[in-house]
Amino acid sequence: MSTAAFIVIAILTLAASLAAASLPKLIHAALCLVVAFVGIAAFFFLLGAEFVGLVQIFVYVGAVAVLIVFTILLTRRADEKTAGFNWVGVVIALAVFAGLIWTILQTPSLAVSPPLMEPLTVKRIGEVLMTDYVWPLQCVGLLLTAALIGGLILVMEEKR
Amino acid sequence: MMPTLTLFLMVSAALFCIGLLAALSRRHAIFILIGIELMLAAANLNFIAFWRFGPQPQSPTGVMVAIFSIAIAAAEAAVGLALVIAVYRHYRTTSVDKLNQLKG
Repeated sequence: MSTAAFIVIAILTLAASLAAASLPKLIHAALCLVVAFVGIAAFFFLLGAEFVGLVQIFVYVGAVAVLIVFTILLTRRADEKTAGFNWVGVVIALAVFAGLIWTILQTPSLAVSPPLMEPLTVKRIGEVLMTDYVWPLQCVGLLLTAALIGGLILVMEEKR
Repeated sequence: MMPTLTLFLMVSAALFCIGLLAALSRRHAIFILIGIELMLAAANLNFIAFWRFGPQPQSPTGVMVAIFSIAIAAAEAAVGLALVIAVYRHYRTTSVDKLNQLKG
């Protein structure tokens, strides 16, 4: 884990997410969002959670980004102006950011270096998922099924 | 030289506030969903960072919470985008300012 890699990934991720939040064209923002998700996955790799990084790439870059792009294409209108920017939101976001940074800097116990650890294998994750976390796993399965059915019902054509 | 936990938390805070900015200041419904996704990603980054920098327990709790959080975020994105499509069919717009039928 090196500082140079951290700086590069941090700049890439923050620039891409800022572009995703502020670009006027929706499709450009969605493509910048993909870059931001790849940067977050790189953070996960840097922190030693390779499995979560791969899941992040598969789920976000593979599925959620494609879903967002399809929705943009399905709901696009030529005359729709994407202008309109609420400056109150900017003020609130800056205030929250200042508060968070102030709190982080006020906490001296956070300035620690990472301890040594043995690498987390997928085998270990699978074991834990099937023993300690088996009930959350079942609940997530139920939730995903409900989301699948709910999404289908929401976009079904209304028959009168 | 390794980056400390403080730096990771600052990046995560910046990411969260960018997501908050997108969710609060944009009028388009899909931008609001993009902001929510960015905020969820910032929370995941915090989970993983605290897991990596904390004492190593027997079960990798931070990684597990992050995995479940990603799964729930995917479900949320699917339902949210389906809602955007349903709203677009009904009102022919995706600007959240024009969805004011319930306004008193």
